[in-house]
Amino acid sequence: MSASPASPGARQTVALALFGLALVAAPFVVDRYILSIILLCLIGAYLGQAWNILMGFCGLLSLGHALYLGLGAYGAAALYVKFGIGPWLGVFVAMALAVAASFVIGWLGFRFRIEGVYFSLLTIAFAESARIGFDNWAWLGGAAGFFLPVRAEDFGQYWNLRGGPFFFYYLALALAAGGLFVSARLRASKLGHAWLAIREDAQAARALGVNVTRARFMALFVSAAMTAVGGVYLAFWGNNIFPGQIFDMAHSIDIMLGPIVGGVGTLFGPIVGSFLLVPLGEALIEALRALGLNAPGAKALVYGFLLMGIIAAAPSGVWPWLARRLRLQDREQ
Amino acid sequence: MSLPLFVEVLIQGMLTGLVYGLMALGLSVIFGVVRVVNFAHGEFAVLAMYAAFVLFGLFHLDPIIASIPIAAAFFVIGYLLQRAVVQPFVTRPQHEQFILLVGLSIVIVNALLLIFGPESRHVDLPYSFDSFSIGSILIDEVRVYGALAALAVTAVLFAFFRFTSTGVAIRAAADNLVGAAVVGLDVKRLYAISFGVGLACVGAAGAIMMALTDMTPMLAPSLTLLAFTIVIVGGLGSMVGALAGGLLIGVAEAAASALASPSMKSMVSFGLLIVVLALRPQGLFGKAEA
Repeated sequence: MSASPASPGARQTVALALFGLALVAAPFVVDRYILSIILLCLIGAYLGQAWNILMGFCGLLSLGHALYLGLGAYGAAALYVKFGIGPWLGVFVAMALAVAASFVIGWLGFRFRIEGVYFSLLTIAFAESARIGFDNWAWLGGAAGFFLPVRAEDFGQYWNLRGGPFFFYYLALALAAGGLFVSARLRASKLGHAWLAIREDAQAARALGVNVTRARFMALFVSAAMTAVGGVYLAFWGNNIFPGQIFDMAHSIDIMLGPIVGGVGTLFGPIVGSFLLVPLGEALIEALRALGLNAPGAKALVYGFLLMGIIAAAPSGVWPWLARRLRLQDREQ
Repeated sequence: MSLPLFVEVLIQGMLTGLVYGLMALGLSVIFGVVRVVNFAHGEFAVLAMYAAFVLFGLFHLDPIIASIPIAAAFFVIGYLLQRAVVQPFVTRPQHEQFILLVGLSIVIVNALLLIFGPESRHVDLPYSFDSFSIGSILIDEVRVYGALAALAVTAVLFAFFRFTSTGVAIRAAADNLVGAAVVGLDVKRLYAISFGVGLACVGAAGAIMMALTDMTPMLAPSLTLLAFTIVIVGGLGSMVGALAGGLLIGVAEAAASALASPSMKSMVSFGLLIVVLALRPQGLFGKAEA
């Protein structure tokens, strides 16, 4: 085999540019169904990036990211429906709500040295409490859900996130690209290096003069705020929010599966993971339907086995392996 | 709340709490020894409930009695599971263990869903609606028997860890893994036994719970969370703590159901969890880590 014509970095840039171009062109090429699947991939990639900043960069395992998603969704939707304040402004309130919640979790966790498993379980407890709280909050519809009005005359008010499938597709693409950009910039920053040091050995980082608590709070805030933006998107895209869905632990798990399968702590892992898992789920549904097995649970059963298989076979994720095969990078990134 | 009602709620809560405690004990044993958090714990509880349901349907076996064979079967399942599936993950990072066990929990719940459907199930025992009365206080008979059974299993477990050489060896491995390996203990076997013992606990507890409540596969995640809450409140890895946590959460839930609405049950236990984490992160009976 001849030596590669370009450095892995250049090859990576080219691959990313081609991938980006394909995504930009997709709405003009593929049908509505495929486009909706790519949209789900993009949202998954974006939320995965947000989670990955906390876990992959800083080493804090959150099992309750649905909390920030739900707070973002309810925050912006409530402002829009109850007070007529559009999501272009509401998104900042949504982010503030999520950051505030993450501050409480971080304060409890870091101040009282709740680490490892305990921290993870704390995040679940908060997400579950929020689910039960919103289930019982009649002003926001309670368990019966909260609905956004879909009126023909609002259509085209893009600043209020009222648009068609193309609009939401490109918005998802922008989110995913933005998520990648933010992740890459943060990772290369001084803060990013502090996170990596903390992830590898918090005590050693502290000894080297890194303000561990401050850096952890920053990771938590960034991750929570980004996730809340995703929640705003989901609320205005789907036009309904149910506490039992948005705050559900299954949702938290969904958010983290992409980056874990793709490669925790890598820049492209969340994207690769999401673009693998979402189509896999859809293909499973189709395959089982073709086999005449569309009983509830069949898809999830296979999915569960696949998860166990993937984590047993490729614990560091698909992306590091793929990157080596495609010679997109010469070392783990 | 009047005094008789208060006492009633307290006793009912403690009786349920003993069963909760047994379930949480399983989680605590697994984490304390193998250092893996069993995220499929509630799923195993529900699996045991279905086992009890099937045994009741086939042989009219009382779920409380069925807890014995189910615990035995769960021990075998746990032993094999640790050997074949979990062991390679023992030294891996937490999030990988998490995904493995979440995958397992998804498999269990959906297999049950496929076989039994989403309907809520319960067993009708001849004494389901009987109760003991002490003065004006009424206590469900079935809850008393369930609690006694849970207490018996717990006593056996404590005896196992205290008086058998395997039990002592497991405690040694939990205490000092390197030391245990140095003196020649077969740590892998001890891990497998511990996972088996942990599942036997949740198997017995699940079977007993079948006598107390209705059940669907969807109950599993909330049971997992319940077990976590109890174990953290009591102190991860502490056996006494798991029991005390079970009692505390049992009473808190019973009180919340009586005072507010049943849906507030888990809210109260999460509130308790957060208070305990803030005041005493290692749990009520946990040892502070150096």
